[in-house]
Amino acid sequence: MNRNGPVALVFHTLFLAFLLAPILVVCVVAFTSQGYLSLPTEGLSLRWFKAIGDNPEFARAFRDSLLLGAVSSTIAVAFSVPAALAIARHQFRGREAITALFLSPLMVPHIVLGIAFLRFFTQIGLGGTFAGLVLSHVVIILPFALRLILAASTGMDRSIENAAASLGATSWTTFRRVTLPLILPGVASGWVLAFINSFDEVTMTVFIASPETTTLPVRLFLYIQDNIDPLVAAVSASLIFMTVAAMLVLDRLYGLERLLVGRGQE
Amino acid sequence: MTAVDAHKSLIDSPDAAADSAPPPRPERRPLAPYLLSLPALALFAVLLLVPLVMTGLLSLNSFGFYTGIQDVWQLGNYIDIVTDDYFHEIFLRTFRIAVVVTLLCAVLGAPEAYILRRMRSPWRGLCLLIVLGPLLISVVSRTLGWALLFGSTGIINTALMAVGLIATPIEFMYTETGVIIALTHVLVPFMVLSVWASLQRLDPQVENAALSLGAKPFTVLRRVVLPQVVPGILSGSIIVFALAASAFATPAIIGGRRLKVAATLAYDEFLNTLNWPLGAAIAILLLLANIVIIVGCNRLVERRYKQVFE
Repeated sequence: MNRNGPVALVFHTLFLAFLLAPILVVCVVAFTSQGYLSLPTEGLSLRWFKAIGDNPEFARAFRDSLLLGAVSSTIAVAFSVPAALAIARHQFRGREAITALFLSPLMVPHIVLGIAFLRFFTQIGLGGTFAGLVLSHVVIILPFALRLILAASTGMDRSIENAAASLGATSWTTFRRVTLPLILPGVASGWVLAFINSFDEVTMTVFIASPETTTLPVRLFLYIQDNIDPLVAAVSASLIFMTVAAMLVLDRLYGLERLLVGRGQE
Repeated sequence: MTAVDAHKSLIDSPDAAADSAPPPRPERRPLAPYLLSLPALALFAVLLLVPLVMTGLLSLNSFGFYTGIQDVWQLGNYIDIVTDDYFHEIFLRTFRIAVVVTLLCAVLGAPEAYILRRMRSPWRGLCLLIVLGPLLISVVSRTLGWALLFGSTGIINTALMAVGLIATPIEFMYTETGVIIALTHVLVPFMVLSVWASLQRLDPQVENAALSLGAKPFTVLRRVVLPQVVPGILSGSIIVFALAASAFATPAIIGGRRLKVAATLAYDEFLNTLNWPLGAAIAILLLLANIVIIVGCNRLVERRYKQVFE
């Protein structure tokens, strides 16, 4: 394999610095001991992390975000598994169109979906409710779950299922005892990717969240629009630390590249 | 916003996974696939198609400050957008930002993907983690970092003035430059991913063959590597452009009220001015532009580089 030259390495270093700079700045500013935005030149302090505790709305938004992510990814996976099995294993009229429909939320800007859901939920009386948030998140994260489950079900050896059927297993038993365990890695990673996308979503959610029911990114966004202080840096830093921890676990378990590039088992 | 990294495989080929499967056998139960996809189909019909159609209809209503939304059908909102200079400026600015961000992402992301591929094993994994990791971090946190760097007493200006390069602070906040830098940061991982995927198909032995035949390294890069990664750069560009043109959180935080783009304009019409029909019309135009660009460019790329996509 060829080596990178010095120019390439300088470029690479600058590129990584560009990517990391804003993230590191947030983490460093969060530890300031001053009452205003500043680099912690006079010693590190945890006062702004403690201050998060004095603002229960952040804690509540965090809890709502976790719950929303968990519920909506579970529902999205439940809808995706049968759809993925249909698309992966059957040749039928409209198969391409159905696949395109299921992946279409990826093509619609989230700002448009936010407006569409705001209109829809206000008309049917779900405006500002947790149920509304769940339903809208299911739609936007379903493509992510579907893609990974689709990749897992396509690569599966069907003769094992046929063996189970020929030994007298009902189709439900075959699904539960043979198919599901075989596609489980795809299902699990689909769930995780769906959860992350739900947890990070802000553009669409800002339209349909209400002051009582909102997510952490939306709460953070609205707060930043009014003023930027060390408190939001501390909240953001906590989010970044949690994401990095989750990322390292995911990388170990599944491989970040595989999760993001979504190439299935290779 | 991991949101649209899946655009990529959508663009590469609509269902790459399904294509590589052994041909499905003749159906015993022809209704099975419909029954299996019925729940998700019903869900999407109610929760995706109905809201979008309702938004389309809403965009035809009219709005008065004292009367609210009027149930009349007319094209007034679209005519307003097409004829008013205020809207022209915002749409033009959105387009300009998206183009510059796309170019910057291509210029930065494509070489980085190539460099990553040439790295050795432990470093490569670590660097790939650093490059792709930001995709999983909330876009609000990432943009906040730029706001901290940008402010007139922010780190960039303090550092530049300390070194003596500038006398007065550079304005980054509420400027196009600021929005472009922050958006490039948010979206460049998508470009790296896309080029990375196309590099995976490139056999390193081909480069070695060219070198052994006496080609200079730069010639190899230009004549052997570049033609192979152009489809990756193009599909990455489609994703980055679509996301940049409809980006909301980053322009809202860095650009603020003073520097509106299409998405923040729609937001203001909906939640501040409360002119929902006009906001809906802006959203519909944004959606149409997005679809035309994604589908159009995709067709073009696929036709031009058919042999690479196979």
